[in-house]
Amino acid sequence: MTAARPQRLRDYAPLVFPALMLTVFFVVPFGIMVAISFFRRVQGAFYEPDFVFDNYARFLSAFFGQVLGFSLVLAALVALVAVTIAFPFTFLLARLSRRWQVVWLVALLSIVSLSEVIVGFAWSTLFSRTAGVTNILVALGLMSEPMSLSPSFGALLTGLSYHAFPYTVLVLYPALARLDPTLMEAARTLGASPPRAFVTVVVPALRNTILATMIMVFVFALGSYLLPQLLGRPSNWTLSVLITDQAIYQSNLPFAAAMAVFLVLVSLALVGLSLLVGRKEAAQ
Amino acid sequence: MTGLVLDNITKRFGSVAAVDRVNLSVPDGSFVCLLGPSGCGKTTLLRMIAGLEEPSEGRILVGGADVTRAPAHQRDFGMVFQSLALFPHLSVGENIAYPLRIRGVAKAEQARRVEELLALVRLPGFGERPVSKLSGGQRQRVAIARALALQPRLFLLDEPLSALDAKLREAMQVELRQLQQRLGITTVVVTHDQREAMTMADLVVVMNEGRIRQSAPPVDIYRRPADTFVADFIGITNLIRARRGADGTVRVPGGTLAGIALPAEEATISVRPEDVRLVPPHEAAITGRVDFVRDLGASIEIYVEADGQRIVAVASPRERPDLQPGAPVGLALPADACVVLGA
Repeated sequence: MTAARPQRLRDYAPLVFPALMLTVFFVVPFGIMVAISFFRRVQGAFYEPDFVFDNYARFLSAFFGQVLGFSLVLAALVALVAVTIAFPFTFLLARLSRRWQVVWLVALLSIVSLSEVIVGFAWSTLFSRTAGVTNILVALGLMSEPMSLSPSFGALLTGLSYHAFPYTVLVLYPALARLDPTLMEAARTLGASPPRAFVTVVVPALRNTILATMIMVFVFALGSYLLPQLLGRPSNWTLSVLITDQAIYQSNLPFAAAMAVFLVLVSLALVGLSLLVGRKEAAQ
Repeated sequence: MTGLVLDNITKRFGSVAAVDRVNLSVPDGSFVCLLGPSGCGKTTLLRMIAGLEEPSEGRILVGGADVTRAPAHQRDFGMVFQSLALFPHLSVGENIAYPLRIRGVAKAEQARRVEELLALVRLPGFGERPVSKLSGGQRQRVAIARALALQPRLFLLDEPLSALDAKLREAMQVELRQLQQRLGITTVVVTHDQREAMTMADLVVVMNEGRIRQSAPPVDIYRRPADTFVADFIGITNLIRARRGADGTVRVPGGTLAGIALPAEEATISVRPEDVRLVPPHEAAITGRVDFVRDLGASIEIYVEADGQRIVAVASPRERPDLQPGAPVGLALPADACVVLGA
């Protein structure tokens, strides 16, 4: 299916509005941020226009490198956890009756409506010593006394994965709902048990969808700056936390902008790389 | 030896019986067509045989063993789906090797079997190609090869040729039948195309509303339909209302018939158009007027109006009957070609 190519300038008219919005609300702010990242910071004041690399130079230290590395690993882990749980979940969801699908989707959308702050505090309560899930384990006799699970890396990973989960399901849903159900049935008649058929047919048949979804969750998790502060130790803070800290509390906008630009470039590079790998695999 | 026995199989969805007390015995190595209009339960029946649906009641026996509750992946049946269900992420060869891989067959043996199967379906050297690059007929063959890879006890096909164009479909019907005869595998095909059933089957099972209306060899189904549904569904037929006359004759619209006995006061007689002969009106049992002449080249269909009943006769072009609409015409219905059916 290919549509006719636009012939005249007027045929591009429907694009004017979205292009304008994208320019005003994305390209221009991003441009300003790039510009500020080269400005000179004035101690005790704000910043003044200049063209210096100081901000980037300061960024190239072991500490920030470590934080960047941690942020990327954390985002990748969140993507892995969220997709690993959401993919089978969505597969089963797409096979429910219409009515139950609606119930589940409404429930998921209601989670989406919760802000990161509420999600963070809810999980820190659940992970607390006094009111947390460990009390249930104690009641069941599995633990001797309740303990606090937060702040910790595990708590942060859980909170971020939970926050990303509904988005992951909503992105996976169309592909899994469209998946030909006879593929599974064919695999079964060919000797594969249902779990085996799922792993050997459904997952590889949708590997491009899975990859695209992982990239989306990765980018989503990379931008999170509240949950690391609510559920993580300072050593679990991501680059987004440091950017916020520099921009708002240290009033060092040029440095914050430099870090943000760097984060954008690194994540774009990673996304491009994984798309390239995906295309190579598909071509084989 | 019986290959497949269906014992009182019933499938209910809610309160609706999609398949209603079906009994069928299929001899080993024979080719069965489940034939019927859409929604008659034939696909549900096939899916139950495959193990993809569980019967509400009844038993399924294969080679004497009860497989009613066995899961699909333990049945060792090959199935070809209407959608073909080829795995899009695998090449032709990998698709065919899939069941072998699942069973843990050695790599070298897999490769040998794939070559063998590709040769069987006349696609040698296609192993490396992606399935998306194949034509409809080629995809069909890959699906067949994949289903046969495990040398199944039973070969099941759900409307396998419905996606192909008419010419290719006819060619594949012949090919499928020849393949089945060469392998001697018990085969069940679901189809709504009666020509397909006539071409391929040893046994045609005509279904409607979840029940078997008749199961018999193709010629018998055509020549001796069990009821008006079967007569009407298989090919083209004339269903003529008949009443017992006072003098023992049979009264039909436009005349009387001799040599036929009706089981009741009223009945329906089925006569195939090719059995209806055109004769001069004065020596005919039934008279009417020509309503329409349909010249199809290979044959000529004459629609005759006889006392409110339409009767279709087929003449060969050699006869070249010179008939104009409105002309009086006589019809002869040979007694041995008339099948008396219930009302």
